[in-house]
Order: sequence, then structure tokens, then C-alpha cells
Amino acid sequence: MKMLRDTWLMFQRYLMVFLRNPAWVVIGVLQPVLYLVLFAPLLKSLTETPGFPSGGAYNVFVPGLLIQLGLFGASGVGFGLIAELRAGVIERFRVTPVSRFALLLGRALRDILTLVVQSLILLLLAIPFGLQPTVSGVFVMLGLVALIGLGMSSLAYAAALALKSEDSYAPLIFTLSLPLLLLSGVLLPLQLAPQWLQHIAQANPLSYAVTAARDVFNGHGADPDVFKGLAIMAALAVVGVMIGARRFSRAIA
Amino acid sequence: MIETHNLRKSFKSRKGTVEAVAGVDLDVKKGEIFGFLGPNGAGKTTTLRMLSTLLPPTSGEATVAGYDLLHNAAKVRYEIGYVSQEGSSAPEVPGRSELVMQGRLYGMSRARAVQRAAELIDALELADCADRPTKTFSGGQKRRLDIGIGLMHLPQLLFLDEPTTGLDPQSRARMWDEVRKLQDTGTTVFLTTHYLEEADALCDRIAIIDHGKIVALGTPDELKRQVAGDVVVVGVDDAGERVLHLLRGQPFVREATSGDGLVRLYVDRGETAMPQILRVLDAEGIPLASLSLNRPSLDDVFLRQTGRSLRDAA
Repeated sequence: MKMLRDTWLMFQRYLMVFLRNPAWVVIGVLQPVLYLVLFAPLLKSLTETPGFPSGGAYNVFVPGLLIQLGLFGASGVGFGLIAELRAGVIERFRVTPVSRFALLLGRALRDILTLVVQSLILLLLAIPFGLQPTVSGVFVMLGLVALIGLGMSSLAYAAALALKSEDSYAPLIFTLSLPLLLLSGVLLPLQLAPQWLQHIAQANPLSYAVTAARDVFNGHGADPDVFKGLAIMAALAVVGVMIGARRFSRAIA
Repeated sequence: MIETHNLRKSFKSRKGTVEAVAGVDLDVKKGEIFGFLGPNGAGKTTTLRMLSTLLPPTSGEATVAGYDLLHNAAKVRYEIGYVSQEGSSAPEVPGRSELVMQGRLYGMSRARAVQRAAELIDALELADCADRPTKTFSGGQKRRLDIGIGLMHLPQLLFLDEPTTGLDPQSRARMWDEVRKLQDTGTTVFLTTHYLEEADALCDRIAIIDHGKIVALGTPDELKRQVAGDVVVVGVDDAGERVLHLLRGQPFVREATSGDGLVRLYVDRGETAMPQILRVLDAEGIPLASLSLNRPSLDDVFLRQTGRSLRDAA
């Protein structure tokens, strides 16, 4: 009960901090919008290529773009935490009886809400380009984004708490997120990739999320791959939260 | 209020294990202002962080505010407030929101937290800035807000880590007043400082810590009495070493140190020692730049215990 109350308090706090600077919502969407406008048109001529999934360029590309939004959006959340560490805010919270779990979860829920709002903006913007969303597709998609948000932001917080400085945190997330992106099939479907690359991509949990997202947007909502993607993202979220929570509770229990 | 036995903390680094706190025994009584005095790196903050549940001790025992620190940290947290050196408020959040948030984290209802925040804003004279983001606060205002945050839940015991470091003299005097007011309300205060004046002016009792160990403990007066007698300071410009050598052997000098062209002599009675000092210097033809007679200060205590001046060590 206390944990839920504390989580709610933390969520409110971080939402308020975020809403003082609503420009960040827009800035977060800007990068995927650039991909939508400046990259996705390139795919149109590829849709006839053997191996390119059916559904049209935008129904194939936008689901992956949302996964990318989740990955990049969540991996940057550690910067805010490092600023707070420096200001002494985290230490102040740790001296209070606040639930350590809530310190993580309140923030992560704020991140999820931000990502879901950004995803909806992006989906709306993609419709004039030719995206044809379905209601069930949007719900599954947002579920995937939320799970990625929870898992990845928890891991990002754990990394930020361990490294304590932007100078080491920034290179870490850039180094890790680029291969995660390239091996997820977001930019070009992995069906086009040579065998060896497809094998490596199987080790990337995000590739399953991308596959699931594409299936559900293109009339394969009941495909086992959709459940597989959701299950793997749920597992990622659980592992991420466990690691993040451990980091937050590293004072005397 | 605080009782520790052989409290230790060591950190592992590449060069090996560093013992930051090397067996500290403390007994802080209810209602007192207890000062932890020592140079930077002496182990003050590490001790404070252990006592405020932030850092698990490597070994030893401690009871804080009636609860066992090692086994009942959750209970300890309800009874203590902690004001860190680094500050505690987010730059973009208004001061009042920070206070209310803090109260809520201790389980206060929103109405009660809002009311308590208003009391503290009033008492700490933060009304002009309370509703602005804390990044617009002056150094003194920020520090007063930090204290307010630490006091939101009416703790029995307040930890203050270097409460006046970086403040201008006026804000420092103001901070001292706030700490004294706390004592009037029955709050026990445990503070660290590397300012002798601060420890002397504010604290009922002082522990001097150096290299992770307590080297002296008592009231400021008791500590000064340990350095018996008077201190005569002789200014001799660049002849310090020679004068030190000359005077150290004199029967009326108990101890002598030198530095920066000043020779400090610890003597039983200053007024009889001074003519004798003058006679020795005169006989050697050493010109005198200055001569003063002082009561021992806490720095003299520190110097005597550690062989270094606190000002040099800090």
C-alpha cells in the first residue's frame, strides 16, 4: 500500500517536472518524424523487393519507428537522474522512509506516459503519409512501447546510478543503442538481411518487438510472433525493473 | 540519541583498502548540539552518511534515535532529518513544492504537509521566494530551504553536513541562529564543520576527527583546557626555525611549533614567559616583528592532537 502511494507521489512529482518543460515531448518526437519524412519514402521503391514484408512502406516502417522511439526515449532518461544525483535530491529521498521501489517505478511510469503520448502523436502524423492503423494494432503497439519503456528506462536508471556522470553515461548509451537499433530491423526489415546477420539479430530482444509490431499492423494480429514479442518485452521489463530497483535500494535496507 | 561502538567504514580502491572511518565511539545526548570537527577527508561526512542510513558500516554498532542502525534503518529514517552538503532541491521545482513533497514522503496528508510547509516558510523567512523554482534562490535561501526540508517531519535528530560551507558571513550568522533555535525546540543537532569558529560558537560538545579517528572529545572549554596555560605567538619573519630551536630548550616552554614566520609557544604563564622570550631574542640579536599572548583556541587543540594546524590540513 505504502509502495503504491509512494509510487504515485513520485509519478506526480516527475510528471510536474516534465510538464514545466513540455517542449521535451515535441523534441522527443522530432527525430522519428524526420525518419518518417526523410527516410520512409526511400522504402516505397523497395516494397516490391523479394522478402520485403507485405502491407506497404508505412505499415512496415512506422511500427518499427515506434519501437525505436521507445528505445531512444527510454535510454536518455538517465541524464535527468544524474542531474538530480548532483543536486542531492536522490540522497535526500534515500534518507526518507520512501519505498525504494517507488523511487524507480514513479519515474519509469512517467517515462512510459511520455512515450505513449509521443507514440500517439507519431501515429497521427503518419496517417497522412499512408499509414493505415487498426484499433487492435494501436493497442498492442502501445503495449509494446510501454513495456520497452519500463524495461529500458529501468536499465538506463541503473546505469546512471552506477556511473553518476554524463561523461560516461552518454558514450555508454550511444554505443549500446546503435547496435540494438541496427540489429532490430527497424530501418530495413531483417528479411532482407543475409543469414549470418539474421542469426545475430535473434539475440536482440528488440527484433522480436519489431516483428510483433509489424505483424499486428498488417493483419497478422493472432500470429504467435505477436505473443512472443509481447512476452519477451514483458520479460525485459521484469529484468530491467529488478536491476533498477536493486540499484535504488543500495543503502541499508 | 546517538551511540556508536567501534564504527568503521572502509572503501576498496585500486590501490587497496582505505579506512575512511577507523573505529568511532560516540555518545550524543538528547537536545545537544554536537559538532564533528576535522579537515576535509577526515571521515566526517562518511560517519554522517552511516549514521543517517545512507551508507552501510563495514563493522561496528550504532543506535540512532532509539533504534538499531544496522537492523532497523527503516525506523531510524522516521526519526531523523538529514541536510547534505550538496543541497537537496531540484532546480526547476518551487521551494514550497519540495517541502510539501518531503512531508508527503513521511506519510503526512496533503493538508498537513501544506500547513507544515507554510509554518517553515514563515519561520525560515522564505516567503519571498518559496513559490519560485529553487534555481532562483540565493545561496543562503537555498541552505535555509534545505534545513526546512530536513525539518518537515519534525525529526528528533537533525544531521547537518557542513551547514555553512560556501556561505557569506551574514548568511552564516543567520544559519547559526537557526541552529540555536532548533535546540530551543528540543531537537538534537549533529553537525560537521571544518570551521573552528563554528564549532566553538555553536556546539555544546565537539569531537575532533582526523584520519578516521576521534582524537579529542569534550566541550569547547574542556578541549581548550587540555592545552594548559597560554599561547605566546612570536613573529620573527624568516628566522622561524632558528627561534624555534632556541626557545624549545627553555625550561618555561612546554611545546613549540612554527610556520609562516610565526612561532607558537605553549607556556604555563604568558606574562612571565614574555620577558624571558624577549631576553633570549635580544641576546641573539633577532629582530621581533610581533608578539602576542592568546588563550588556546580549538586550533591549538587540533595542532596538539595531530601535529598539524587545522587550517593547513583543510
